[in-house]
Amino acid sequence: MDNRLPTEFDVVVIGTGLPESILAAACSRSGQRVLHLDSRSYYGGNWASFSFSGLLSWLKEYQQNSDIGEESTAAWQDMIHETEEGITLRKKDETIQHTEVFCYASQDVDGNIEETDDLQKNPSWVASSTLIKPLDSACLSEEMHSLYVSSYEVPAKGTPENNGEVTDTAETLVKEEYCGYKTYKHRVSDGAKDEIKPILEDNSDPPKRNRITYSQIVEEGRRFNIDLVSKLLYSQGLLIDLLIKSNVSRYAEFKNVTRILAFREGKVEQVPCSRADVFNSKELTVVEKRMLMKFLTFCLDYEQHPDEYQAFTQCSFSEYLKTKKLTPSLQHFVLHSIAMMSESSCTTIEGLKATKNFLQCLGKFGNTPFLFPLYGQGEIPQCFCRMCAVFGGIYCLRHKVQCLVVDKESGRCKAIIDHLGQRINAKYFIVEDSYLSEETCSNVQYEQISRAVLITDQSILKTDSDQQISILIVPPVEPGACAVRVTELCSSTMTCMKDTCLVHLTCSSSKTAREDLESVVKKLFTPYAETEIDKEELAKPRLLWALYFNMRDSSGVSRSSYNGLPSNVYVCTGPDCGLGNEHAVKQAETLFKEIFPSEEFCPPPPNPEDVFFDGDDKQPEPLGANTIIIAQLESSEGSKNLESSEKHLQN
Amino acid sequence: GQELRLRVRLLGSISAFYQRQAGELDESVLELTSQILGANPDFATLWNCRREVLQRLEVQKSPEELAALVKAELGFLESCLRVNPKSYGTWHHRCWLLGRLPEANWARELELCARFLEVDERNFHCWDYRRFVAAQAAVPPAEELAFTDSLITRNFSNYSSWHYRSCLLPQLHPQPDSGPQGRLPEDVLLKELELVQNAFFTDPNDQSAWFYHRWLLGRADPQDALHCLHVSRDEACLTVSFSRPLLVGSRTETLLLLVDESPLAVAWRTPDGRNRPSHVWLCDLPATSLNDQLPQHTFRVIWTAGGAQKECVLLKGRQEGWCRDSATDEQLFRCELSVEKSTVLQSELESCKELQELEPENKWCLLTIILLMRALDPLQYEKETLQYFQTLKAVDPMRAAYLDDLRSKFLLENSVLKMEYAEVRVLHLGHKDLTVLCHLEQLLLITHLDLSHNRLRALPPALAALRCLEVLQANDNTIESLDGVTNLPRLQELFLCNNRLQQPAVLQPLASCPRLVLLNLQGNPLCQAVGISEHLAELLPSVRSSLT
Repeated sequence: MDNRLPTEFDVVVIGTGLPESILAAACSRSGQRVLHLDSRSYYGGNWASFSFSGLLSWLKEYQQNSDIGEESTAAWQDMIHETEEGITLRKKDETIQHTEVFCYASQDVDGNIEETDDLQKNPSWVASSTLIKPLDSACLSEEMHSLYVSSYEVPAKGTPENNGEVTDTAETLVKEEYCGYKTYKHRVSDGAKDEIKPILEDNSDPPKRNRITYSQIVEEGRRFNIDLVSKLLYSQGLLIDLLIKSNVSRYAEFKNVTRILAFREGKVEQVPCSRADVFNSKELTVVEKRMLMKFLTFCLDYEQHPDEYQAFTQCSFSEYLKTKKLTPSLQHFVLHSIAMMSESSCTTIEGLKATKNFLQCLGKFGNTPFLFPLYGQGEIPQCFCRMCAVFGGIYCLRHKVQCLVVDKESGRCKAIIDHLGQRINAKYFIVEDSYLSEETCSNVQYEQISRAVLITDQSILKTDSDQQISILIVPPVEPGACAVRVTELCSSTMTCMKDTCLVHLTCSSSKTAREDLESVVKKLFTPYAETEIDKEELAKPRLLWALYFNMRDSSGVSRSSYNGLPSNVYVCTGPDCGLGNEHAVKQAETLFKEIFPSEEFCPPPPNPEDVFFDGDDKQPEPLGANTIIIAQLESSEGSKNLESSEKHLQN
Repeated sequence: GQELRLRVRLLGSISAFYQRQAGELDESVLELTSQILGANPDFATLWNCRREVLQRLEVQKSPEELAALVKAELGFLESCLRVNPKSYGTWHHRCWLLGRLPEANWARELELCARFLEVDERNFHCWDYRRFVAAQAAVPPAEELAFTDSLITRNFSNYSSWHYRSCLLPQLHPQPDSGPQGRLPEDVLLKELELVQNAFFTDPNDQSAWFYHRWLLGRADPQDALHCLHVSRDEACLTVSFSRPLLVGSRTETLLLLVDESPLAVAWRTPDGRNRPSHVWLCDLPATSLNDQLPQHTFRVIWTAGGAQKECVLLKGRQEGWCRDSATDEQLFRCELSVEKSTVLQSELESCKELQELEPENKWCLLTIILLMRALDPLQYEKETLQYFQTLKAVDPMRAAYLDDLRSKFLLENSVLKMEYAEVRVLHLGHKDLTVLCHLEQLLLITHLDLSHNRLRALPPALAALRCLEVLQANDNTIESLDGVTNLPRLQELFLCNNRLQQPAVLQPLASCPRLVLLNLQGNPLCQAVGISEHLAELLPSVRSSLT
């Protein structure tokens, strides 16, 4: 295959993380010729999601740190003229450290499954399946359980195409299920068909918990989509706004986070935060319900009632909460789970503002303020890449860049030279900071993020439904330390195999990830081996597998701290530690405005149907709060079916 | 584009109308109307058009063709509902269609309702349709109740869901025949009260929960009854008051009068002479029914439709005789809330007071407290109730007039209770800040009525029911009309000082009161009218009236 690329572009983007992908999409959308490169074999950089085997391969790569075995790279020095100089880029990514893996699940018996290197084909790209019960009279009765799977094929290399084929894949499903049967002998396992899970195992009394072995995890490794960064989308956040505005949301599906949890006095509890939650709560007394609602209602427009908080602006938010007649558990809920603030450092105003932000996001798509993308956070950068490709952007993975070519006279970057020795010219260059060499970064100070990824056998708070998506903030034991954010995903988010939960822990680092996070892990989970002790221990979910690592947080680094970068080289940072994606979106928009001050940032794509006179005033009126995304999303497709809302938000 | 589209639509409808008139009711009309209705489902005429066509095709087509037609129609309706899920025409058409199908797939219709309610849980059109479907499919009430549970859990601001509960619960828990129908057993009631309390503590401004609360504490309509029967020898007249207004006449309600156990044909009329639906009806009695030859006469009135009757006795030598239910015993005035279990009411009152402390300005809470107090003991709580009224008026000034009227009603009820207790026929309602007169049908036997120093604007027609009234004091009000002071056979003295009677003409009704001898009109604008004395002398020749 000829890997030669065109040599003339307007913008070259190096790195496929979220800010770079948004920028690539924005540039391509505004008519620029975009080349988007990544030296890795997968999309997303540190924003990626991996199948289980993909994650193992990723780990292997970082553990074999020494091996920089450069294949035949053509010497770049020959490629530049006398009037030019080269700025080399880093050859090896160094943003991940202290990786530690622990396997608790039994590694017995049929352990002859190979951990295949699955990096080349990230399965999350391939299918976004949608469960629809068609209302259409023709097929409701017989095909109650039929599935429509819309699959988007992307060429393994080169440009993704827009022709998302929608196929009625009763067939596909059958095939998939068939495959399923072949590989895992005893379990009918397809996320879509939860209803028909075998009752065999549930008969025994007391109910036996599923024993999941390591080999099962490996066998079903493709069911996992493990995020390197654990983030959620605020339903009123910048990323949702951008996805809707740019119509990129059509490429992704989301689920509403179903629960906000709190950890108090050694126990996990559900936090009632919406009106419906408060109404339904069995734990709160009616008076507590009133006090909580009253406080939350006040927070929604606290600016209008300065007399309510003015006297407390010098106090911490936790001190302020004590004056609001809230019981201790309500104070804890508001401070840690709703405002998500720390006890000591947060002022009253900050707390009120955070509470307000949380509450404003409620009810837009469901009873919590957060959305999670099906198939993992790694979907999001790819969606923007697809958008970029639709408007002509060219994609190359596994494509290394040796250096930036700078014109000595003007001091501007003119071109890059890739690992094949090809020189590619462009006007603007956007580089993710992990590609910058040590020399360029010698003055830069980084923060670190501590991460843990756990595979467990059940939820930290069991309810009737095992399909919950939960977020839990564990406050620090000692004041001043960082709170740990825990996100627990169920199998219907398409990020883990059935009968398991995927748990992400995140905090900003003070030590290595394991040192930072292990104590919280121990509070919430029991290692698999120690299980057959007493009942109380059994109530905790069991830990099957755990990974700790530190990820570099460059979000605070300013552009001016890099040495000798030409002015037309723009730097994107890696993921930040925050819960939302606001930092990445803001960064992309700011850089875009710097490069193209007069261009609109990701405007809605032209709607082919707008050409005809039929269209605008016949849009279905909004059906309810949770169809907002759809109203804009679907306008091009008309309202083909009522389920469109569920399609995008299967909550 | 807009205009063009409109024109196309108009052309379509004209052509559809034309075909309809020409009797060409075939599939092409279906096609044509579907184009228009597809864009705008609120076009009732075209739905009618479709129904006519479908009815015609029903007899013409083979069963297979018809099945295909119905399927297509159902599909089309669904697409219309997606355009506008709140279209009366579309839902009605679906009802009509499903009602005609010999073997409708009701399970599918329930599923459709569930889907639409998932999108908008307050779509009352869909709720309506769901009730229709559930009734047709004979869905057990328990299942439907569970469905309302699930929607209330999602969002309790849902009148339709609460309302459906109020229909389903009495079906699920039928009361024994003797008891009042439509009420719930105590354990169910307590569970519902807990649910609704959770709702109004969570959001006290949500009306739907308060309305459901009121339904829970309310009681069934009182049974039909005759409350009072009064016979007067002097006026040769029999007066009856009923538990609800009714219209007596040959084609409406029939009343049978038995005098000394033999039927007597009489002509019934209302006291004000209007013969509109009224609580009180009366008739003239022939002299033979009142003669003094027998030691007593019995009068029995049978209300056939209401299944009620009452009897009273006129003793020899007496001027009048009556038989009356006690308002106290019958608890007539607790109609807002039930009397079922005062412990339940008491605990509801306590939790409402608790809420009121947290939300001192919540009008729903204040009103519910007032109603609960009345249900528990109107006299004991009178003072407290008046205070709550004051607070309520302050927080809800928009409804001040409504609240004044409600307060007047309660005060009048209390006065009647006190009067009964004292066993007198004199009622003092002075200085009570009344704005309206209610329950006048309860005052049939009153001889002296004091309405002075209130804010009354009229003496309403219903006052004519006070057939025994001799003295009426209504000084210091803002009375402008005297419509009710009519046909009062015993009225002798009437005090109307310091009111707002403008024109001499308003005095006209007084001419029908034969025994009126004293009339005080001081301080009314009409006293200054030119020729007022002459007017009075002509209108009321036997009355001694004071103007200054």
